[in-house]
Amino acid sequence: MKDTDIKRLLYTHLLCIFSIILSIFIPSFFLENFSILETHLTWLCVCSVFVTAVNLVLYLVVKPNASSKRSSLSYKVTRFLKCCIYFLMSCFFFHVIFVLYGAPLIELVLETFLFAVILSTFTTVPCLCLLGPNIKAWLRVFSRNGVTSIWENSLQITTISSFIGTWLGAFPIPLDWERPWQVWPISCTLGATFGYVAGLVISPLWIYWNRKQLTYKNN
Amino acid sequence: MRLGSGTFAACCVVIEVLGVALFLRGFFPAPVRSSSRTEHQAEPPAPEPSTGASSNWTKLPPPLFSKVVIMLIDALRDDFVFGSKGVKFMPYTTYLVEKGASHSFVAEAKPPTVTMPRIKALMTGSLPGFIDVVRNLNSPALLEDNVITQAKAAGKRMIFYGDETWVKLFPQHFVEYDGTTSFFVSDYTEVDDNVTRHLDKVLKRGDWDVLILHYLGLDHIGHISGPSSPLIGHKLSEMDSILMKIHTSLLSEERENLSPNLLVLCGDHGMSETGSHGASSMEEVNTPLILISSAFERKPGDIRRPKHVQQTDLAATLAIGLGLPIPENSVGSLLFPSIEGRPVREQLRFLHLNAVQLSKLLQENVPSYKKEPGFEQFKMAERLHGNWIRLYLEENTSEVLFNLGTKVRRQYLDALRTLSLSLSRQVAQYDIYSMLVGTVMVLENPAHPNSRWSELDVVILLGTMGHVLSLGASSFIEEEHQTWYFLVNTLCLALCHEIYRNCFLGDDCEPRRCSHGERGFVNTAPALQDGSIGHDELEPHRASKSPTSLNTLRGWEKWMAMASPWVILTCCRLLRSLNQTGVQWAHRPDLGHWLTSSDHKAELSVLAALSLIMIFALVQRRCSLTSKVAMALGLLGVYCYRAAIGNVLFPWQRDSKDISKGLIEARFVHVFVLGILFTGTKDLLKSQVIAADFTIKTVGLWEIYSGLVLLAALLFRPHNLPVLVFSLLIQTIMTKFIWKPLRHDAAEITVMHYWFGQAFFYFQGNSNNIATVDISAGFVGLDTYVEVPAVFLTAFATFAGPVLWASHLVSFLSSETSSGSALSHACFCYALICSFPVSAYIILVTSLRYHLFIWSVFSPKLLYEGMHILITAAICVFFTAMDQTNTKS
Repeated sequence: MKDTDIKRLLYTHLLCIFSIILSIFIPSFFLENFSILETHLTWLCVCSVFVTAVNLVLYLVVKPNASSKRSSLSYKVTRFLKCCIYFLMSCFFFHVIFVLYGAPLIELVLETFLFAVILSTFTTVPCLCLLGPNIKAWLRVFSRNGVTSIWENSLQITTISSFIGTWLGAFPIPLDWERPWQVWPISCTLGATFGYVAGLVISPLWIYWNRKQLTYKNN
Repeated sequence: MRLGSGTFAACCVVIEVLGVALFLRGFFPAPVRSSSRTEHQAEPPAPEPSTGASSNWTKLPPPLFSKVVIMLIDALRDDFVFGSKGVKFMPYTTYLVEKGASHSFVAEAKPPTVTMPRIKALMTGSLPGFIDVVRNLNSPALLEDNVITQAKAAGKRMIFYGDETWVKLFPQHFVEYDGTTSFFVSDYTEVDDNVTRHLDKVLKRGDWDVLILHYLGLDHIGHISGPSSPLIGHKLSEMDSILMKIHTSLLSEERENLSPNLLVLCGDHGMSETGSHGASSMEEVNTPLILISSAFERKPGDIRRPKHVQQTDLAATLAIGLGLPIPENSVGSLLFPSIEGRPVREQLRFLHLNAVQLSKLLQENVPSYKKEPGFEQFKMAERLHGNWIRLYLEENTSEVLFNLGTKVRRQYLDALRTLSLSLSRQVAQYDIYSMLVGTVMVLENPAHPNSRWSELDVVILLGTMGHVLSLGASSFIEEEHQTWYFLVNTLCLALCHEIYRNCFLGDDCEPRRCSHGERGFVNTAPALQDGSIGHDELEPHRASKSPTSLNTLRGWEKWMAMASPWVILTCCRLLRSLNQTGVQWAHRPDLGHWLTSSDHKAELSVLAALSLIMIFALVQRRCSLTSKVAMALGLLGVYCYRAAIGNVLFPWQRDSKDISKGLIEARFVHVFVLGILFTGTKDLLKSQVIAADFTIKTVGLWEIYSGLVLLAALLFRPHNLPVLVFSLLIQTIMTKFIWKPLRHDAAEITVMHYWFGQAFFYFQGNSNNIATVDISAGFVGLDTYVEVPAVFLTAFATFAGPVLWASHLVSFLSSETSSGSALSHACFCYALICSFPVSAYIILVTSLRYHLFIWSVFSPKLLYEGMHILITAAICVFFTAMDQTNTKS
C-alpha cells in the first residue's frame, strides 16, 4: 500500500520535472531566438503555465485526497475562483517580499512580478491543488508534525526547498563576474527552479528511506 | 563558568585586539627600501659607461631648469583639466596643454589615495605602504631619500606654501613656509587665500630655486559637496588664473636670465563620484600631470590623448631637472619627453643614471636579480651605450651614430619600464612570521556549546557562517552591505514566522483546531485583519496552554506584534534606499543625494526637524527629568548647528546669512552630551552605593545610551538623521513586541543586536572602503585640528550603528533581568560573534595575500575589521563593568 503510494508520488514528480524540461525545449520550435537567458520572461510564463497545467492534470487524475462527498457545480466554481484569488494574492505577497528584500521598486516591475508568479507556481499551486483554498489545512501542513499523508509530506519538502533555492539564488547577484544570468531576477528564478526540482527529486527518496519511521494519522 | 564567562570573553577580546594589531603590523609590508643608510650615500654618481676609451664625464649633469615651481592641487582629477570642465573653467591651462610648450600626462596614483602617502610618492618616487593611511593623521618627518632633501643638500633655496603636511614631512627644509591645516574640511576659500597671498611678493623677489604650492580648497569642496558641485568650477577658474600668473611671471623672468624654468601642475589624488578619496577607483587614481617650460617644443594644434604614467615618475624627472641624484628608493622612471630636446649624449646619460639607480634598488630587494628581464635589458643597454660613447668620442658623426643612439635610447626606455614594474611588484611581500603569531593570538577563542535549536537559531547560525564564508570573495566584501541587509531581512521573516506560530498555534506540537484560523507562513495586510477575528476565540485556550506566548499582550498590542516584523522590514527597505553604498550600485540615485542637493534644502530641513522630534519622543520616555530637558535642548542645539553651517534652513530666516563653522552651537550640544553622560554615570554609581534600587541603574544606563544618541545626532549629516530615528524605532518595536513577549534568550537577543548593528553601519552610508569615512564629523565643534577628539569623534560617527545597538543591548538586558548571568552571557556571545568573522577573515587574507585586489579591497576591510574589534573590546569592557556592578548589587 505504502510502496505503491510512493511509486505514484515518484511518477507524478517525474512528470512535473518533465514539464519543466519541456518548457525549456518546446517553445524553441515555435518561437525564434528563444533561450532561457535572453527571453527569460517568456520562459517564465511558459514554465509557469506548464507546471500549473501538469499540477492540475495530476490533481484531477491522481486525486491524492479523494473526498467521498459529492459537491455541486456552484461549489466547485466558487472553490476554483477562490483558488485563483489565493494565487493572485500570493503573487502580490511574494512581490512585496522581494521589494522588501531590495528588489527595485519602480524599475523592472514586470520582471519582479513574473518572478513572484513563478515562485507562486512552485509553492502555492501545489498547495491549492492538494489542500484547496483552506488556510487551516495549510497551517497544519507547515507546522511541525502536522502532515497526514506522504502527499502532504512531499508538498512540505518541495515548497521549503523552492524557498531555499530562491534564497540561495540571490547570492550570486553581487559578484562581479558579469554573466548574463546574474541579472535580476534570473539567478533567483533559476534558484527557485533548481530548488523545486531538487525538492521533487528528494521528497520521494526521503520518504522512501524514512518509510519505517513515518506514521501518519490517516494511514 | 557562566559567572566569569563575560570577564573571560572581555579578556579574550582584548588579547585579540593585540593579535590583530600584530597581524596588521606584519601584513602591511615595509616598502621597498635601499639598505644603504642616508649617511654614506655620498657615493659618486655612476660614470658614463664606456668600452675602450674612457669617458671624461663622471660628474652629475648640470640642472636643466634654473627655477622649478610645483603647483599641487589637492584632489585634482584628470578630467578637471583634460575633460569638459577643464575646457570650460581652465582656459589658460587648456591652451598650454594644447598649444603651449608643455607635456601633459595622466599620472596614476597608487592606492591609498590619501594626501600624505601621495606627497611621499611624488617626492621620494617610492610606493608608501598602506599603513601610511593610519599614519596620515600624524605625519612624522620623512627620513627616506627624497628630492627635497637632495635639493637642500645641493644648496637650493626652497619656499613652500600650502598643506602643513609638507612642513611636517620636511622640517627645516624650506627657507620660507606657511602651512595651512588640511583637516578643517569645511573651509575652502581661506585655506587657498593663505597660499595665494604670498605669491606676488615671492614671484617678484625671485631669490629662490624651488617654489612649492599645495592648494587644498578643491579637496575640501569635494568632501563637502562632491565633484559635480558648482563650487568646483569657481575653484578651477581660480586655480587657472593663479597658474597664468605664475607662468607669465616665469616667462618674463626667463627673458632676463635666458635659462628655462619649469612649472609643474599636478594633483596628488583624484576624487570619487561622492567627492571623497582613499580607494582605487579610476576617478580617484587618475590625476593630471603637466610640465610647462619654454625648453620644451611648442606643438601647434597637436592634440593627443595624454599618456598614462605613474605618479612616482615625477621624482626622478624632478631630480634630473634640478641636477640632483635620483632618490635611491624611487621606483619611477624618467618622463622621457621632458629631456627630448637635449642632445643625445645628455639624454643617454640621464637614462643611464635612472637605470643604474633602479637596478641598484632591484639588486638590494631581489636575491635573484640577475634573472630579472629588466636587469638583463639594462646590462644590454649599458653595453650598447658604451659602444655609442666610443663612437662619439671618436667624433664619428655619421648616421651610424645616430641610429645606434636611437637604439640605445629605446633599449634604456624598455629597461626602465621593466625595472620599474618589477620593483612596484615587490611591494607585495609580507612578514609571514608576525602574521602567524597574530593569527594564533586571534584564534585564542573558545568555542561555545549550543544546546537548543529553533528555526531562529538555525537562521542565526547559517547567517553567521554564510557571512564569514562570503568574506573570501572580493565582490562580497565590496557589497557586504547586501549580505547584511539580506540577513536582517531573513531574520525579520524568521521572527515573523515565530510570532505567527505563537499567535495562531500557541504551541508547536499541536495544530490548532479553530473555526477561523489564518495562514501563519505567508501573511499579508488583509490577512492580518482576518487573523485578529480568529484571535479572540483563541484567547482562552492559549492562556491556559502556553504561558510563554504572546498572551501578555492584549487587543491592539497583539495586532502590533503581528505587524511589527513588517514595519521593521519596511523601515529597512526605506533606509536601504537612503544611502547607496558599495561599488557596483554606488552610482545609483538615492534619497541621500536627492536630499543633499541644494534644490531640496527645504525638504531636508523639514526631515531633519521631524527626525529630531522623533528622536526626542523615542528617547525621552525612560529618562529622568533633568536629562529629558538636556536632551530637548541638545537636539535643538543640533538643529541650530546644522542651520549655522548652512545645511538646513531656519523657517524664520529666509535670507541666507553667512555660513559659520557653528562652533558655539556644536559646543553647546557637546556640553549637553557630557551632561547626560555624567548624569547617567552618577546614577550608576548611586545604584551601586544604595544597592537596593534597581530602577536607578536602568535609568542610568538608558541615560548613557541617550547621551550617545545625542552625540550621534550631532555628528550625523542631516540626511542621515532618519537612520537614527529608524534605529530607535526598531529598537523600541523589538523590545516591546518581540523580545519581551517571545522571551528570547540572551544569546539570541545579542546576535540580533549585532546583526542590526552591522546593517545600520551600512545604512549610514559606510562601506568597506576608506573613502566613505566622513572625516568632517571629526571637526564638529573644533576650531582647529586636535588629534585625540577628532579621531574619537570620527570613529564614533563611523561606528555609530554598532555602538548604539550594543549599548542598547546593555541597557535592555540589565533592565530585563535582575540576575547578572544574562549580561555576562550576552557579553560572551557578543565577543564571540564579533571575533569569529575577524579571525576567519585574517586566515582568509593570509591565504589570499597574492590576490589581485588585496590592496584595493581586502586591506581596507582589514583596517575596518581592526577598528571594529577595538570598538568591540571597548564595548565588552563596558559590559563587564556593568556585570560587575550587577553582581555586587
